[in-house]
Amino acid sequence: MARIVGVDLPKDKRLIIALTYIFGVGPFLAKKIITQLKLDPSKRVKDLEESEIVSIREFVRTFQVEGDLRIDNVQDIRRLGEIGCYRGRRHKLKLPCRGQRTHTNARTKRGKKVAVAGKKKAV
Amino acid sequence: MARSLKKGPFVDDHLIKKIDDLNAKNEKKIIKTWSRRSTIVPSMIGHTIAVYNGKKHIPVYINENMIGHKLGEFSFTRLFKSHSGNR
Repeated sequence: MARIVGVDLPKDKRLIIALTYIFGVGPFLAKKIITQLKLDPSKRVKDLEESEIVSIREFVRTFQVEGDLRIDNVQDIRRLGEIGCYRGRRHKLKLPCRGQRTHTNARTKRGKKVAVAGKKKAV
Repeated sequence: MARSLKKGPFVDDHLIKKIDDLNAKNEKKIIKTWSRRSTIVPSMIGHTIAVYNGKKHIPVYINENMIGHKLGEFSFTRLFKSHSGNR
């Protein structure tokens, strides 16, 4: 079992993909980890040596990942709300805050469509 | 694209002049401004700036968390109360 920073253990995936299952590690950082530690990106996680797992664990620790990163994200958004700026308000309203249109679309942020009663027939 | 660091933050000249004057005299007065595009810089902390939103000046009290934002971000130009169906 490869357990790195908390609860991450994808087992049958290639190492380079498996590393991206850690929150805060994307393709870029996964590649960096592998080249720095001179590991084989195609090796499956279950075939890893214990020493390799330890070295990954040490290396990942130097970055901000998982819990710490999540907490920081939430705090950044809360800060925007507290200072009362436009972006903070958009976050509170669950609307996109980077100037996208909201007449249509924006479904990622606004969630699934909700029918409005009595809107259908205006005649 | 982000602004070049070499130039430093953008603040309209007439606004920063008023702020510096007030700081030099150690005064606190509400400054009316139309300059929504100005960045909030450390020397503005503690001042109240009335930022125009197209209709009237909205007073904004500046604290240190706001540094780096623009004045216009704190003076909303649109008012949305909620749809009648939501009540």
